[in-house]
Amino acid sequence: MNSKLTDRIATVLFWSSGILIVFILVWFLYRILGDGIPHLTWDFITGKPEEIVAGGGVGPQLFNSFYILFLSLLFSLPVGFGAGIYLAVYAQKNRFTDWIRVSVEALSSVPSIVFALFGALLFVKWFDLKISILSGALTLSLLNLPVLVRVTEEALRAVPSSYFQASLALGSSRWQAIRKVLLPAALPSLITGVTLVAGRALGESAILIFTSGLSVSRYFPDFNPMVMGETLAVHLWYVQATSVVPDAKQIAQGSAALLVIVVLIFNLLIAIPSRLLEKKLSGKK
Amino acid sequence: MPAVKIENLNLYYGEFHALKDIHMSIEDKSITAFIGPSGCGKSTLLRTLNRMNDMIRGVRISGKVVIGGSNIYDPNINVELLRKNVGMVFQQPNPFPKSIYDNVAYGPRIHGITRKAELDEIVEKSLRSAALWDEVKDYLKKSAYGLSGGQQQRLCIARALAVNPQILLMDEPTSALDPISTLKIEELIQQSKNDYTIVIVTHNMQQAARVSNQTAFFLNGEVVEFSDTVKLFSNPQDQRTEDYITGRFG
Amino acid sequence: MAHTLHSPPSEPQGDSFARWKKRQTRNDKIMKWVFICSAVFVSAIIFSIVIFVGSQGLQTFKDVSPITFFFSTEWTPSSDKFGAFSFLFSTLALTLLAVVFAVPLALSGAVFMAKMAPNWMRDILRPATDLFVGIPSVVYGLIGLTTIVPFLGKTFGGTGYGLLPAGIILAIMILPTILSISEDAIRTLPVSLEAASLALGATRWQTIWRVLLPAAGPGIVTGVILGIGRAIGETMAVFMVIGNSPQMPRSLLDSTTVLTTAIAKDMPHTFYGTAWNNSLYLMAFVLLLVSLLLILIIRIVARKSEQR
Repeated sequence: MNSKLTDRIATVLFWSSGILIVFILVWFLYRILGDGIPHLTWDFITGKPEEIVAGGGVGPQLFNSFYILFLSLLFSLPVGFGAGIYLAVYAQKNRFTDWIRVSVEALSSVPSIVFALFGALLFVKWFDLKISILSGALTLSLLNLPVLVRVTEEALRAVPSSYFQASLALGSSRWQAIRKVLLPAALPSLITGVTLVAGRALGESAILIFTSGLSVSRYFPDFNPMVMGETLAVHLWYVQATSVVPDAKQIAQGSAALLVIVVLIFNLLIAIPSRLLEKKLSGKK
Repeated sequence: MPAVKIENLNLYYGEFHALKDIHMSIEDKSITAFIGPSGCGKSTLLRTLNRMNDMIRGVRISGKVVIGGSNIYDPNINVELLRKNVGMVFQQPNPFPKSIYDNVAYGPRIHGITRKAELDEIVEKSLRSAALWDEVKDYLKKSAYGLSGGQQQRLCIARALAVNPQILLMDEPTSALDPISTLKIEELIQQSKNDYTIVIVTHNMQQAARVSNQTAFFLNGEVVEFSDTVKLFSNPQDQRTEDYITGRFG
Repeated sequence: MAHTLHSPPSEPQGDSFARWKKRQTRNDKIMKWVFICSAVFVSAIIFSIVIFVGSQGLQTFKDVSPITFFFSTEWTPSSDKFGAFSFLFSTLALTLLAVVFAVPLALSGAVFMAKMAPNWMRDILRPATDLFVGIPSVVYGLIGLTTIVPFLGKTFGGTGYGLLPAGIILAIMILPTILSISEDAIRTLPVSLEAASLALGATRWQTIWRVLLPAAGPGIVTGVILGIGRAIGETMAVFMVIGNSPQMPRSLLDSTTVLTTAIAKDMPHTFYGTAWNNSLYLMAFVLLLVSLLLILIIRIVARKSEQR
């Protein structure tokens, strides 16, 4: 019968696409990690980069990646949480709330290169922060914000409203209920969300090329936020684009592997225990 | 020849023995009701008649169900053809998110009918059989979701009838509906008696008594008693049947 | 005795409790305003971006006519020629290419995962595809550069750079987004829809094609649009494989530039206030407007589906 035949063909096609996708993913990981892991020596991970000769490392860049991430979270977490709490707890169904939501959604759609230009305009030029770790961190926090707001709101909304109302019924203020009941209950989801944001921010390059620059400080580690701070992702791009060192390719591959491993670590090591924590807190076995 | 003959049917959901050694003959062009408390297996048995249990993972079946001369659990059976022949109406009305016309025309279309004139005819005939035609004939292109619950269920009946089944299975078709819609559908069922063999699962004993020729009482996966409706309700043979009908449990 | 909100003064803790309660109420009010301010601040950001990038970009029109900018293909900043048409064209072409590669595969994958894959396979695949959303663009670019570009160069001659490798890499990048959103859309459809179709004698493929995919339509469209948004805005991965000559592409394997890479390439060489610099802001503004337009389309699609 015709339709039976079509059904069989369709089944084969669907299975093939599933297998093809698996193949692409596996091949990808294999290439990145296979090409790069051999270069991940201790010297490479912690050593200083070389401009002309081979054997440079990515220590300062790795440090800068985390430092900029830390600073950007410092700026974006409070604001993101605040806006998320507002949307989840205080917001009524009115035009003001709609406006806020649309703005957040719109902000999350902005391409990273546009953030880069905005950051270059606002922080580097007008605030005169020059190309520095601080400019980079501030611009990066703009990238993080919409995701943090959404993550916070979803995490808080997922907490059963009965918890919140039970607290209010006992006479607490809303802020008390948020602080003592809602936030702790939403903590696992919040951690997962922030981790994902962090993972994404660690890999960001377009923004940082133009706001935190292409060089690293001579000192390592350098906590001065006003110096230029090339991150690992930016270094990867720089090395394969314009560098003249003979082992540029290897450095790029090593950096790529390192980046992927860091992202993997963030996703697996932190998101999974938080999911286990979530199960424990909600009383499942 | 009976429309449906069930022999030695056993069904397991994993380790759970849901249907125990069922034997039953269902007469052609009759209305049979399955009654019994929740979880007793009546819906499960209903679903074995059109192999909808195949959708559930971990189901094991042994025994025979003979419809139209063949055991429907034979591996060579064309399941799609079986389901064309044995239609089903569900407890919750479940029209597709399509127009009223497209809902009813769905069945014929997937079985190869594409000519518009033919489809128009089938749609009208089915909607008339479901006593819905007059209410929707000017709104055929409107979304089925705009209909009331009772109308949606009649639409689902029309949809099932559109593929011209010989047997119609109804799984508590009115339990989610208001009394007026319920009455309308019961009228429908009685009027359809001469055209289809109908098996209806119901929680409502009065409904079974009103509508069916024969009734089967289920308990814990077994058929406790199966006889003419009038006889089962006025003079039940088994004590458990009597207990259930008189409301001592269930 | 009537119940009051303050404890009677006769109780020993009365006064300090009342004070504590007052402080809580005051804190509550303060925090509420803190939260409102955060929300307003976040909201203000997008407006600032639009205004600043837009005003900077629109200054281009002091030196370059809009017609020239949008329709001329001559991009030679050293001779004050700022025609961005080839960038616009290539952006469109590249996005189309990525979508053509990604959407069929993503949709089939979504159907596969939602309806056909055994549970253990789904449990691995789903987190895996989610993981891939987090892989940095430069890494995608590097893979494109080290594997796809050489392969295309060997197979078709030429350098191997161009729209084709960029399209392939972009497709891989947007695949997880489209796949996960579509899969969610399909999986959350009520089982009763599928049951109704099967009970009428439909095959699995007929059910998927005629009932499930149309019903999941709005969700799938949202996923595709988000994928498109990501493709249009992607910079670094594309930069590494597309060639970056500011010219119209004569084939899929001809070096060209898109809006995002044009900005990235020229930005370090420009000075604030020059027409060159302003034109880059103008391109960024175009990108911004397109992204906002896509979000608007998603909202319209979502609203229309709710009305059904």
